[in-house]
Amino acid sequence: MTTTTRIERHHYDVVVIGAGGAGLRAAIEARLAGKKTAIISKSLFGKAHTVMAEGGAAAAMGNVNSRDNWQVHFRDTMRGGKFLNNFRMAELHAKESPQRIWELETYGALFDRTKDGKISQRNFGGHEYPRLAHVGDRTGLELIRTLQQKIVSLQQEDQREFGSYDARIRVFSETTITELLLDGDRVAGAFGYYRESGEFILFEAPAVVLATGGVGRSYKVTSNSWEYTGDGHALALRAGATLINMEFLQFHPTGMVWPPSVKGILVTESVRGDGGVLKNSEGKRFMFDYVPDVFRKQYAETEEEADRWYTDPDNNRRPPELLPRDEVARAINSEVKAGRGSPAGGVFLDIASRRSADEIRRRLPSMYHQFKELADVDITAEPMEVGPTCHYVMGGVEVDPDSGAAFGHVRGLFAAGEVSGGMHGSNRLGGNSLSDLLVFGKRAGGHAASYADGLTTRPKVAVHEVEAAVETALAPLQRDTGESPYTLQQDLQAVMGDLVGIIRREGELADALVRLAELRERVAKVSAAGGRRYNPGWHLALDLRNMLVVSECTAKAALERQESRGGHTREDYPAMEPKWRQVNLVCALDGDTVQLTRKPLPKMRPELIGLFDRAELAKYLTDEELADFDALVADAGEADNR
Amino acid sequence: MSAKRQFRIWRGDESGGDLQDYMVEVNEGEVVLDVIHRLQATDAPDLACRWNCKAGKCGSCSMEINGKPRLGCMTRMSTFGDDETVTVTPLRTFPVIRDLVTDVSFNYEKARETPAFAPPADVAPGDYRMQQVDVERSQEFRKCIECFLCQTVCHVIRDHEENKQAFSGPRYFIRAAELDMHPLDARTDRKEYAQAEQGLGFCNITKCCTEVCPEHIKITDNGIIPMKERVVDRRYDPLVWLGSKIFRRGETPQTSVTTARQGSATPGSARGGVHSHAGGSHDSRAEAQAQSGVNWHREVPHPTAPAVDDRGKLPLTELTFDRAAAPSPFGDDVTFPLPPEHLNFAHPEQDNKH
Ligand SMILES: Cc1cc2nc3c(=O)[nH]c(=O)nc-3n(C[C@H](O)[C@H](O)[C@H](O)COP(=O)(O)OP(=O)(O)OC[C@H]3O[C@@H](n4cnc5c(N)ncnc54)[C@H](O)[C@@H]3O)c2cc1C
Ligand code: SF4
Ligand code: SF4
Ligand code: FES
Repeated sequence: MTTTTRIERHHYDVVVIGAGGAGLRAAIEARLAGKKTAIISKSLFGKAHTVMAEGGAAAAMGNVNSRDNWQVHFRDTMRGGKFLNNFRMAELHAKESPQRIWELETYGALFDRTKDGKISQRNFGGHEYPRLAHVGDRTGLELIRTLQQKIVSLQQEDQREFGSYDARIRVFSETTITELLLDGDRVAGAFGYYRESGEFILFEAPAVVLATGGVGRSYKVTSNSWEYTGDGHALALRAGATLINMEFLQFHPTGMVWPPSVKGILVTESVRGDGGVLKNSEGKRFMFDYVPDVFRKQYAETEEEADRWYTDPDNNRRPPELLPRDEVARAINSEVKAGRGSPAGGVFLDIASRRSADEIRRRLPSMYHQFKELADVDITAEPMEVGPTCHYVMGGVEVDPDSGAAFGHVRGLFAAGEVSGGMHGSNRLGGNSLSDLLVFGKRAGGHAASYADGLTTRPKVAVHEVEAAVETALAPLQRDTGESPYTLQQDLQAVMGDLVGIIRREGELADALVRLAELRERVAKVSAAGGRRYNPGWHLALDLRNMLVVSECTAKAALERQESRGGHTREDYPAMEPKWRQVNLVCALDGDTVQLTRKPLPKMRPELIGLFDRAELAKYLTDEELADFDALVADAGEADNR
Repeated sequence: MSAKRQFRIWRGDESGGDLQDYMVEVNEGEVVLDVIHRLQATDAPDLACRWNCKAGKCGSCSMEINGKPRLGCMTRMSTFGDDETVTVTPLRTFPVIRDLVTDVSFNYEKARETPAFAPPADVAPGDYRMQQVDVERSQEFRKCIECFLCQTVCHVIRDHEENKQAFSGPRYFIRAAELDMHPLDARTDRKEYAQAEQGLGFCNITKCCTEVCPEHIKITDNGIIPMKERVVDRRYDPLVWLGSKIFRRGETPQTSVTTARQGSATPGSARGGVHSHAGGSHDSRAEAQAQSGVNWHREVPHPTAPAVDDRGKLPLTELTFDRAAAPSPFGDDVTFPLPPEHLNFAHPEQDNKH
């Protein structure tokens, strides 16, 4: 069988899997470093998830409030992630985002402007100052289109120089990678298929950058598209890399809840940033009741103060609608459970009574259209119904913060964007993803290029590995006894949604693991009807095993972590536990089974921890850590006196 | 609230296919794409269809629904009659791959040919300054989600494979327009490029593209027509041509560029009888004379400004004015084209320089 299978072969220096913001930025960097680069994406060029991002990209440019700087951004990010973030990533991110955004302007991006002609910045949950560079509510589209057009411009340069657009950077769209191939512990290539024709394709390359995005398709109510099946997470695991923080999933507080078919589709946080408020069925602005102690100081206590903040942020505290997403999602969940929800099982998000119709249409054009066309609701006249939706995975490939190189026992593998872990800790702030893509995409692309440069011999792809990959890929088509992939996906979504959802309990998590094990057997026997040509059933059948292994990581880590923090809420351990803050849960694959280990968090450098108040740190750190901090401050004080 | 509804979906590949009938459950609030997903999960697991966002943001789910190019995810079932059959077919202008999936690579090729943004040489990253009003015109076009509905509906290529070579289509006209209107783009030949290389002249402003655009971009009114008008202006209207020459030194005169390049994509040669407003020059002799006979660099005093009121507008109401429309800004006694010897140009900033 396998000997008769035609396989198209390509040689590249750097293969980037994923054509979202992270992948494109990585590819640009690798190509600028002179490497022959391939970009691979499951959907058409320019359709990756990044296109859906609405609110904006966070970067402390200080254009709207000049008090903003990287230190403030760093603090907000760490706070948002409940101090579980990899501090070095948060630091690099806060420092480098402004440059990455400005660079986009040189590629042709047109952000909304301030009065003095600079890039305008908007408020967003968890950010102390207006910080999100934006274009209406279609920032992701601007970002991906700009990067896409930059790639075209590089191709035009190559066309002039070498006579071929594809000479040094080529896009393989509608192509899915199913396997990474290794030579010992070094990456040697990637194997996959063209979705359009079903033909196989093999990339031989010493360096691979994973930029495959997230895992949300394992949940039924999600803002994520079919692409988000955790492929990159699973590829990394199977190649010997490790995943961290997989228990942390972000449920965005405001997804659409009606009509049922669009349940989960995102309502951007900008609605709240621009004045929208959350109300329960009694008409009460309930968020004032849900401000946790750690945030008490920064958030308003009365509606009057909250409302003043929009025009005078320096002298008033923020409205509690702008708390980090995990808090808002939990609050909505509680209101609905207490019977104060909307008819469709959400709460009301009201901007109609707070801003003029014109302003709403101007500032939130795509939300206006989305509701008008999908729900037949005019958001300038009536409130929206919203509820939590699975949105983002904080967990991902454990990487070296500076280079994006994967940990574990594999070399030549890099990861950036949503597929990588650590940057956002236990909870991501809105807007921090788009800038994360640019900062770490560039870094991963650059380091992948220099890794490829540093090799003396090219790793070789072993024939039997390719044969095995072909066999695995064709198996679902050759079986006709198994179950339909669609049924299996629904069952997986049911397990994850019911047992590993927003609020988690020990018994349910244990139950989830049992059911996932059962599903594993069934997924191994999945069968897909039809042929190889553009067959979505077959594609899903192949994605299932990735969704499954990633779900196992999430369930295992969620069971292990006995506390509530950020995107992980345990009903049986409702408090945040300073001891657990010192621990990252690391998943690796041993044969077929997911192994979980605990790993201490890296210790923040003195000058960084010194950016925080002791009072704030006291909420997160253990007593020993606080003692260390006090000693540090005392030292610094003495140094000043000397 | 669910009911069975009749669907007819084109199934097949490049070797042929036909419409197949399905009876499928439809629930309240659903869109066409939901129904297709239900079919995939039940009767037709291998039914090929593109989609991503389900919210009209990615432009993947383009299809023709009852003959009209639309996004499947933004077409609500409630827009059809209760017993209306819904017919879904792939985009007609592009080759079928399978079922509802077509080969849209034509668009990516045209995208690749359109010259990219040219950053201004002497502005450092972070120093870009632009006013909101100035970026808004380009931003309208940057809303494009590349669904290619405008491309599939445009009659120039819809049934004329032979025009595809020379015609980039509305999506790329607005890309050129976007760059043309970009406040800091360093290239100055976007319009000429659209005319000479993209086949702007094939477009006869039927506005079908604007009608189908799910982003409600005014493709024709705000993109194509201004591009055409300015190409026309610069080629026919010596006044505008001269202005552009002085504003943009170093640019080759338009007239010669366009005449030289016209051969490749002459609109008249297209089959399908497309007519263009922007064809060749009417009177080459007058143009030649215009170029040789005048001292372009002489400076003249500023013309007398019209008498405006304190709002900066002509004091004009329909009731009291003596004619049906506003007066010509050039003066009522001036007719076009101007004889070359009457040409004057006062640079708006000439007085500041001295
Ligand atoms: C509705 C919505 C709104 C959002 N709004 C914001 C916001 O306002 N601000 C913000 O900062 N963030 C926002 N986010 C989050 C942010 O958009 C994503 O986290 C980010 O775009 C992820 O980018 P990425 O480059 O990592 O991956 P993606 O853009 O998702 O790209 C993944 C790529 O990998 C490819 N791929 C995956 N698997 C394979 C495989 N096996 N083989 C080949 N290719 C593969 C896919 O085809 C795709 O091209 C939003 C997310 C959603 C869903
Ligand atoms: S207006 Fe021009 S581009 Fe648009 S559909 Fe008509 S001919 Fe095509
Ligand atoms: S201009 Fe409109 S119709 Fe054309 S591709 Fe863009 S979004 Fe689609
Ligand atoms: S699925 Fe994205 S536009 Fe329809």
